Amino acid sequence: MELPPFQVFMDAHRDDVFRFLVACVGAEEADDCFQETFLSALRAYPRLEDSSNLRAWILTIAHRKAIDAHRSRKRRPVPAEKLPERGTEPATARDTSLWNAVRELPGKQRAAVLHRFVNDLAYADIGQMTGSSEEAARRNVHEGLKKLRGAWQT
Amino acid sequence: MSKLETALRKVPGYEAEAAAAASRFAEHAAHEGLVDVAYTTVDSPVGAVLVAATHRGLVRIAFGAGFNADEVVEDLSERISPRVLEVPSYFDGVRRELDEYFEGRRTSFDLPLDWQLTRGFARQVLRRTAKIPYGEVSTYQRMAAAAGSPRAYRAAGNALGANPIPIVVPCHRVLHSGGGLGGYGGGLERKEFLLRLEGSLPGERPAGA
Repeated sequence: MELPPFQVFMDAHRDDVFRFLVACVGAEEADDCFQETFLSALRAYPRLEDSSNLRAWILTIAHRKAIDAHRSRKRRPVPAEKLPERGTEPATARDTSLWNAVRELPGKQRAAVLHRFVNDLAYADIGQMTGSSEEAARRNVHEGLKKLRGAWQT
Repeated sequence: MSKLETALRKVPGYEAEAAAAASRFAEHAAHEGLVDVAYTTVDSPVGAVLVAATHRGLVRIAFGAGFNADEVVEDLSERISPRVLEVPSYFDGVRRELDEYFEGRRTSFDLPLDWQLTRGFARQVLRRTAKIPYGEVSTYQRMAAAAGSPRAYRAAGNALGANPIPIVVPCHRVLHSGGGLGGYGGGLERKEFLLRLEGSLPGERPAGA
């Protein structure tokens, strides 16, 4: 399959990537991660051999950048067991308690839940993208949902 | 599906934020030198004009009859590099020069050109064509001769018809020896428009010209 022009590729996936990153790291940090994600993609793009699933490819990169963002946030000298809430997000209708609860999930569960329900990926793909198995992905989604049910008030 | 799963599937969209982030990204990537082909579209009296440039210079201009921006971008991606991005700010100078040209305030372009979409005889013809001054016209035959093959006027015509950088490489200034306008890739009415703008449309040339 011929690689599409990068602009066409970005237009096709920018909404998914941005939405995924907002769900992962919050609206405030989403833009930085978005820039990093597409910079990495652009650097690698001409040498990309398998263009059959560009969506999974860019979401995998986005996922890695989100993990990096979490790590670097942890490295900051913030004396906290729990990550501090990024208090600057506007309390709009989009910023629901559900999304705060998702961001509280452990990393693997958060990624699995987001890939499953935000990105609508199959468990096999999620396993591959998160460096584990289909079974592990299924389990992470299950565990994540269980925690969310407890935290989520309708 | 549980209510929770349904709610999770409905992450609100961030289309406006994503679009803004993508525009910022394109500017940033161009600044980092990671864009092999930048392009944008500009408005003009001859309709929307797509302009594209590489690190070397202006490589493609497309407009007129049957022009499809998506197809042009695809073609650039295949022929030059898939690292193609829309970077409007990259073309501030080009936009200004084109505006001045269409307002009749500019008679030559001061823009570096990238000839990589041309080859051999066609490139020779187009390079000679680039030197035809504003307000003057030439013929297919003369262009063929200037490129070294006086009898290859038909090939010269093809080269001009496939000119990747029209307007700036003024193929509209090349006419039939008999005085007819000849053809134009962007549509004959646009050739007429450009020649009239430059005051050199046959039959309408100002007295004494």
